[in-house]
Amino acid sequence: MKFFKSILLVISFVSIPIKAIDKQAHIEGRFFSKLSDYRFFKDLTNQIPTDEVLPYKLQSELFSDYTYKQRFVYVPPAMKVGHEKNKVFMFPVGSVLIKTFSYQNTMSELTPQLLETRLLIHSEGGWKAVSYIWNEDQSEAYLSLVGGTIQTSFSDEDGNIRSVRYSAPNKNQCKECHQINASLTPIGPKARNMDLILSYDNKSQNQLAKWHDLGWIDQDIDFMKMINYLSLNEDIEDRARAYLEINCAHCHIPGGAADTTGLYLMLEETNKKSLGFYKKPVAAGKASFNLKYSIVPKKPNQSILLRRMKSMDPGIMMPESGRALKHAEGIEVISEWINSL
Amino acid sequence: MIGKSLRNRLRSLTKSLLQLNLAILFGLASFNLSAALIIVEPSENSYKDIQEALIIAEPGDVVRLTGGTFIIEDGLSLDVPGVKIEGEGMDASILEFSNQKSGAQGLLVTSDNVTLQDFAVVNAKGDAIKSKGADNISFIRVKTEWTGGPKTTNGAYGLYPVESENILIDDCVAIGASDAGIYVGQSKNIIVKNSFVKHNVAGIEIENSFYADVFDNLAEENTGGILVFDLPDLPQQGGHHVRVFNNKVINNNTPNFAPEGNIVGEVPSGSGIMVMANTHVEVFENRIENNGTTGIAVVSYADDYEDKSYYPHPRSIQIHNNEYINNGKNPDVESNDLARLLFELSNGEMPDIFWDGVVPVSQMFFGQNQEDRMIIDEDGSPSIITLDPIKYILPLLDPVKRDINEFSGNIKPLQAVKLNEVL
Repeated sequence: MKFFKSILLVISFVSIPIKAIDKQAHIEGRFFSKLSDYRFFKDLTNQIPTDEVLPYKLQSELFSDYTYKQRFVYVPPAMKVGHEKNKVFMFPVGSVLIKTFSYQNTMSELTPQLLETRLLIHSEGGWKAVSYIWNEDQSEAYLSLVGGTIQTSFSDEDGNIRSVRYSAPNKNQCKECHQINASLTPIGPKARNMDLILSYDNKSQNQLAKWHDLGWIDQDIDFMKMINYLSLNEDIEDRARAYLEINCAHCHIPGGAADTTGLYLMLEETNKKSLGFYKKPVAAGKASFNLKYSIVPKKPNQSILLRRMKSMDPGIMMPESGRALKHAEGIEVISEWINSL
Repeated sequence: MIGKSLRNRLRSLTKSLLQLNLAILFGLASFNLSAALIIVEPSENSYKDIQEALIIAEPGDVVRLTGGTFIIEDGLSLDVPGVKIEGEGMDASILEFSNQKSGAQGLLVTSDNVTLQDFAVVNAKGDAIKSKGADNISFIRVKTEWTGGPKTTNGAYGLYPVESENILIDDCVAIGASDAGIYVGQSKNIIVKNSFVKHNVAGIEIENSFYADVFDNLAEENTGGILVFDLPDLPQQGGHHVRVFNNKVINNNTPNFAPEGNIVGEVPSGSGIMVMANTHVEVFENRIENNGTTGIAVVSYADDYEDKSYYPHPRSIQIHNNEYINNGKNPDVESNDLARLLFELSNGEMPDIFWDGVVPVSQMFFGQNQEDRMIIDEDGSPSIITLDPIKYILPLLDPVKRDINEFSGNIKPLQAVKLNEVL
């Protein structure tokens, strides 16, 4: 009788779908084969998260071929998020950062297109990065450790249709950007890049205050000012440094993938040589464009840094990966900044 | 009790079903209890096939590239430790990148204990093979080449290990790099041997590195044959303990085709061996032949720098038992400042050995520290030119010295590099 009961129990355990987010899977660093298996979304296609998952936004975003990015974070119940100045928030084990890339195509007849959803999962063995690529009918995204190329079209702000060879990163490419020293880390969610107001269920609130209210943060947070580099009314120096911080500094930081160059572009970097002022390239090859320095004040066209942002040659272009188009607005910011120096 | 264990069993069954599912998804079994051999043949999807293999590979696995040409459009990468990528020969298994659309190099390795063997990387848009932070890496019979001859638009480096410990480069070939064919940077414990480098700006370059042995190589028709450099403002600097011996350094007269702005762009064509700003470098038993500007040049880093811990002058350089044949007969005076200066100072008699004589200011007056002195002990009587920087600054005094005996002394051989046993 007891045995029978147990069987029943087991059957019920197996057959009834678990509605809650499986925190244990994150802790063990297990990847599900479908995005829906994680149960982060009430409505997957429309990217409506469950109550356990919180949307967040960044002031300044990495340029990713003009994709629209929706960001969400899951923190296991009753856990704290740590903070250290200039560093990314320290999310507890079991947390997941979720980012969906899409073309909204609002200015044209093209339908919106979800491309991929990337997860950063904080397992007990450290952060793990993985990408899910959306299917054609936009009903599901599937695990892809090898990434993929999506040849597609989108409409820009003016309604012009542009084509793009969009690349979803493979596992190794995730690491190229997300690794500092030997370990994987998130890049975006630093306090300085999140000090902005967001609308939560019809109530607008500063994100950091919201995280405080949720009990995630229970300390005073000290951070540098960082703005949105696209804000035309902000100071050009602030815009440029915000741009370099979020587009370059994940590799151009001590311990990052580009630290062999000695070119460091974090917001907190103050050494001008390290920032590229009259700094000679080390291993640039043809990417030097026959120029001498990364940045020559007042001379954008003689600054290797800007020239590499403008390039589309894989052996020259910066960033090295994740870009198949030029970022016209970014080029403008950096060009104007170098002119102003 | 029974319920719980059954539940566990069901769970683990689900888990292995999921794994099986994944394995099917990848088209390859992932249950490799022992080392697996993953064979990849050229196909329409060569990038995807190889990249998939490099991602699902587990430590101990071998990824075998069959003979044939693999057309690759995106940069490949390996991040699993203990994997061997092997082809059927550097002229048989070719990774061809002429149509590359993304990736700053052909192949990137970021994991430890990796062996690359018997294949070629051709016409990469950026560097050919880069390994970063990848300890215990071996390149064996690997070829990197840009097939259009020496061109400024070629990628910078052929074989490019950086920030690594225990690097073996054996029996490799590097052709056409617009910077260095074989470049080892900011690394420690390095052996480069039995390799052939041709039509690069620098044939072999050891930069900002500690403990390197470069021997039994043929450096032919580069701009500079073998360079041992140290540069400022980098995470690792103060290069030391480098032995360059038993190499053939011949006909390195290719006009410098490095894009301007790169340090090797300053190397005169016709340079055999060049040592810049390192400590404890031993150059011996090399055959140095037909290099138009000079056989061996020992120089300081001449540009400005910020880093106070950087030492720009060469120290404790030992040169002995080399063979010098017909060097300095065609100096690069047209395009290179250093060669032009040397030509003027020597009245056209270019030397086998050149030292710029630049030392810290105090040593200009009071002489070099004994242990820093350059020692030259050669059997033949190679010509030498060194400069006296004080006389060089003052007018009307001849700064040129030609006395090789000034550098006599006892050679203190450096120890051979030993690579750590691969774990």
